[in-house]
Amino acid sequence: MTQTKETAHPAHVRAAQAAPHLDIDGMIADRGVEVVVCCGAGGVGKTTTAAALGLRAAEAGRRVVVLTIDPARRLAQALGLSELDNTPRPVSGFDTAAGGSLDAMMLDMKRTFDEVVLAHADPGKAEQILANPFYQAVSSSFAGTQEYMAMEKLGQLKAAADSAPDGWDLIIVDTPPSRSALDFLDAPNRLGSFLDGRFIRLLSAPAKASGRAGVKVFGLGVQLVSSTMTKILGGQFLSDVQTFVAALDTMFGGFRERADQTYRLLSREGTSFLVVAAPERDALREASYFVDRLQADRMPLSGLVVNRMGRVSAGALTPSRALAVAEALEDSGGPKSAENAAGLLRLHAAVVTIAQRQRELAERFSRSHPDVPVVQVPALNRDVHDLDSLREVGNALAGP
Amino acid sequence: MSDARAIDAADWQRARLHVVTGKGGTGKTTVASALALALASATDSPKRVLLAEVEGRQGLSQTFDVPPLGTEETRIARTKPGGEIVGLSVDAKAALLEYLQLFYKLGRAGKLLEKFGAIDFATTIAPGVRDVLVIGKLYEANRRRKDGRHRGASPAAYDAIVMDAPPTGRIGRFLSVNSEVADLARVGPIHSQAESITDLLESEQTLVHIVTLLEEMPVQETIEAIRELRAKDLRVGIVFVNMVRDPLLDDVALEQARNGRLHKASISGQLADAGVKASPELVDGLLQEAYDHAHRVDLESEQLALLEETGLPLVLLPALPEGVDSGSVRELADILLDELEEVGLTR
Ligand SMILES: Nc1ncnc2c1ncn2[C@@H]1O[C@H](COP(=O)(O)OP(=O)(O)OP(=O)(O)O)[C@@H](O)[C@H]1O
Ligand SMILES: Nc1ncnc2c1ncn2[C@@H]1O[C@H](COP(=O)(O)OP(=O)(O)O)[C@@H](O)[C@H]1O
Ligand SMILES: [Mg+2]
Ligand SMILES: [Mg+2]
Repeated sequence: MTQTKETAHPAHVRAAQAAPHLDIDGMIADRGVEVVVCCGAGGVGKTTTAAALGLRAAEAGRRVVVLTIDPARRLAQALGLSELDNTPRPVSGFDTAAGGSLDAMMLDMKRTFDEVVLAHADPGKAEQILANPFYQAVSSSFAGTQEYMAMEKLGQLKAAADSAPDGWDLIIVDTPPSRSALDFLDAPNRLGSFLDGRFIRLLSAPAKASGRAGVKVFGLGVQLVSSTMTKILGGQFLSDVQTFVAALDTMFGGFRERADQTYRLLSREGTSFLVVAAPERDALREASYFVDRLQADRMPLSGLVVNRMGRVSAGALTPSRALAVAEALEDSGGPKSAENAAGLLRLHAAVVTIAQRQRELAERFSRSHPDVPVVQVPALNRDVHDLDSLREVGNALAGP
Repeated sequence: MSDARAIDAADWQRARLHVVTGKGGTGKTTVASALALALASATDSPKRVLLAEVEGRQGLSQTFDVPPLGTEETRIARTKPGGEIVGLSVDAKAALLEYLQLFYKLGRAGKLLEKFGAIDFATTIAPGVRDVLVIGKLYEANRRRKDGRHRGASPAAYDAIVMDAPPTGRIGRFLSVNSEVADLARVGPIHSQAESITDLLESEQTLVHIVTLLEEMPVQETIEAIRELRAKDLRVGIVFVNMVRDPLLDDVALEQARNGRLHKASISGQLADAGVKASPELVDGLLQEAYDHAHRVDLESEQLALLEETGLPLVLLPALPEGVDSGSVRELADILLDELEEVGLTR
């Protein structure tokens, strides 16, 4: 009989895990942190993290509002988000002993856009805008509108928080399920500069745009362009665009400016970005891009959450050894308990192999970003859609 | 009313345009690639398949390990019995310019349109217009004959077209180009092209396939997409269940693991006999892993049951341990071919 001395965590692997630990409870306790933005690639657990963090902060005494974008249906139910009225509603069933509060809402992007229009234009004009087919296309399906409206809503929540002395002191924002985390930072600006773009300017005020560059030549060009567009798309189309742009223009005084404003909100003190990734190559690559971008733009990064790490419970046994023993047990053709033991060992080998690969990927991230604090959250053996499992994710976020 | 019947072998035979959608990250690009390979390697006669992506992601070039695809149709793979796959990254701007040249012979105006940002404008702001142009490109490819013309006796340029389509959240809108542009462009060639495209999409030449994982959110989106697509008179073909993992314990063991009834002492004894120092922690750890696994398996079977309720053919594809590359995507294609036979769509 030989005894195994190998372990599933060779020393060199442990030594490489020098990434600083992400102190979530420290962040929650820091009253200077007023906005936390959870971002990352699609499906990695941004919404889950935002909700778990919100619950933990509320139970630690913060007055929290969580802005979710696309919660899984049952998570939405657990948070009491069945009413979709685009305003925060209190969550019930959490521990209020520390004096905290928890509100949650789910973003309705079209409605948020409509509200902006209603708030900034006089009634007659607002109605005209809302009925414009072009506005309807932009507000319900333009790539970037969701990101833009998430920021808009964040701005509104922040203003509400700042104006009420005992209102929210922590806003946690989930981000839209874009394929790239960077979309959240770039989309509003892209939408802004698009709506401020040359062609739209031309359509709305051809004379102004042609300026001193020789009105005649330029004017002819504009005419040719708009007559061609009219041919292709129909005359109604261009006139719809023109009314839309003219109306929005007076209302917003420039889209780009507004986008810049919301962007500034994100880089100011009190805001903190939490990047979420799954322990997979693509998701961690996204996280890398995003972290680099935040650092380049001097945006405040609190750290990386590596979510859904495989859970190893019998860490003392290496996969190769487990497989060898499983084979021996199977060869011996023993009773059902031998078969079961072999099954458990094969399962263990698979579990450890996956976990090892995940750990290596996380370490690779940390090697290239040694100063980014990291916390790993295990995959629960069920989906996260009740307060108990959110609490469990929250515990894991707080670290071992 | 839409056709809610599950497709049969005859429907599969007739299909020429295969649209592959699914929640983000579930494997749309991978499955579209495997499906194209499977279609191209049909044994009866060599097949020429066009595989197109429409979001400029260059996912196909990664999967097939070829240089980035452009707007030129380029061969990216060959299959055994002489079949081939032609790759294309459809770009709305290029499609619009091509279209303008074709119909208007624009010389100077084409350049001006670009310079003034009008091309950008038309292809970004009005989503319906962009979609008409993108699908329009495949509509054209579908009608094209071997001699390059769009009518006549020459055989079709492509035997099948596979589209790596936008995700489930956008697929309904993407495919209902007609109603989308109806409000924006009420007359003109964009409008009439939208109508021809709609005819193709609603015909029996087109099938929309959905890729999912055995997880709650992708399955939920799949079920919602099926409903939405049917309401729009589009035909749903196959539900591809991707990244399926074999259960590592038999049913009896799973049942025991789930209820914490795996016999600790005897397992511990077996391990010790086989030479493992079976400390209580180790055995508890193994049992915990089995418990976690049993719960995952349960969750997955729940999701599978929901998919089975749809009555659609389900094609299961395994999770490849090393991920997908230009070699292993062919493995998936082989499995897919077997599975198509299994569910009765091919013989
Ligand atoms: N059957 C499989 N086994 C192992 N890995 C897979 C399998 N299918 C897909 N993958 C991997 O999962 C990842 C996502 O797959 P893919 O890019 O095909 O998804 P997608 O739906 O096209 O994503 P997106 O929404 O970003 O376009 C890729 O890294 C791919 O290699
Ligand atoms: N640590 C975890 N353990 C188990 N399941 C998880 C975990 N984190 C997220 N999930 C599940 O993964 C799915 C996607 O998570 P979600 O937070 O909606 O991702 P995102 O917002 O990034 O798209 C949900 O069904 C959620 O319950
Ligand atoms: Mg989400
Ligand atoms: Mg893809």
